[in-house]
Amino acid sequence: MRSIISFVLLLIITWGISLSLDRIPFGESKTHVGDYYIEKGREETGASNVVTSVVVNYRGFDTLGEVTVLFVAAIGLSAVLYTRRKKQKGEVEPASLVLTTGCRFLFPLILLFGAYIFIHGHLTPGGGFQGGAIIASAFLLVYMGCRGRRISETGSKTVESLSGLIFLVVGLIGLAVGGRYFLFNFLPKGELNSLFSAGIIPIIYIAIGCKVGSELGGIIDRLVEESG
Amino acid sequence: MILIVGALILLMLAAAIAALFFKDLINAVIASCMVSLIAAILFYLLQAPDVAMAEASIGAALVSAIFIIAIRRTQRNEE
Repeated sequence: MRSIISFVLLLIITWGISLSLDRIPFGESKTHVGDYYIEKGREETGASNVVTSVVVNYRGFDTLGEVTVLFVAAIGLSAVLYTRRKKQKGEVEPASLVLTTGCRFLFPLILLFGAYIFIHGHLTPGGGFQGGAIIASAFLLVYMGCRGRRISETGSKTVESLSGLIFLVVGLIGLAVGGRYFLFNFLPKGELNSLFSAGIIPIIYIAIGCKVGSELGGIIDRLVEESG
Repeated sequence: MILIVGALILLMLAAAIAALFFKDLINAVIASCMVSLIAAILFYLLQAPDVAMAEASIGAALVSAIFIIAIRRTQRNEE
């Protein structure tokens, strides 16, 4: 009986949602802001990747919010998983030679790939979040492949705080120099499609990449340490 | 093109249903990892390469690893 009632309720809800979706035109732009970004984004920000120009330049403040959310999540996880340092049990089984060597070989390559993605965020697809996640997956590989190896905690904390600070300071300098809004693009735009272009966008993306990478790496570090 | 996308969507649905019905949790995590991977391929085919990167690295790699770590930490007596 209950399942019949819930099924009928589900049907009614589906009907209602599809009725309301039916009224929205599909595949047409309802506002002009998207067209504006596509037309003017390149010349106004100097970034040839329009997505980046939206994420870091037009909506830079939202990106600061996203980074803050990730930061709060990492802090919360550390608070929940906080345990007094267990003494290293010393019975960590060493992995086989092939696995360890393979991980050591792949680790710098994955790091380089992640760094490439966020340094070229204004030219090619991808950016700080994607590059940071790839760097965190390199740390994950080391934790799984070479057991007993740890990335220094103070190092990752320092990188994280410094990159967050760089983001804020660059935004505040923009506010002070441009005087119009936070994260004002005060550096010269440079030539379109070259590495040193788009003003503050590469600096911000490098900061975001380092921050996301060290935060996600820290989360993985906490979890691996907790699971022993 | 539309055939490839359709086949990938069917495969993704099959993996999602398999993730629901697997008794062993590790198998379920692998199946949900497969859902993320196919979603990444679909994003790439639909010309959203940056979303594809985020989905592949976070959805397929990090989330699966966190799930597996959590499952290893808890009791595993579902077999």
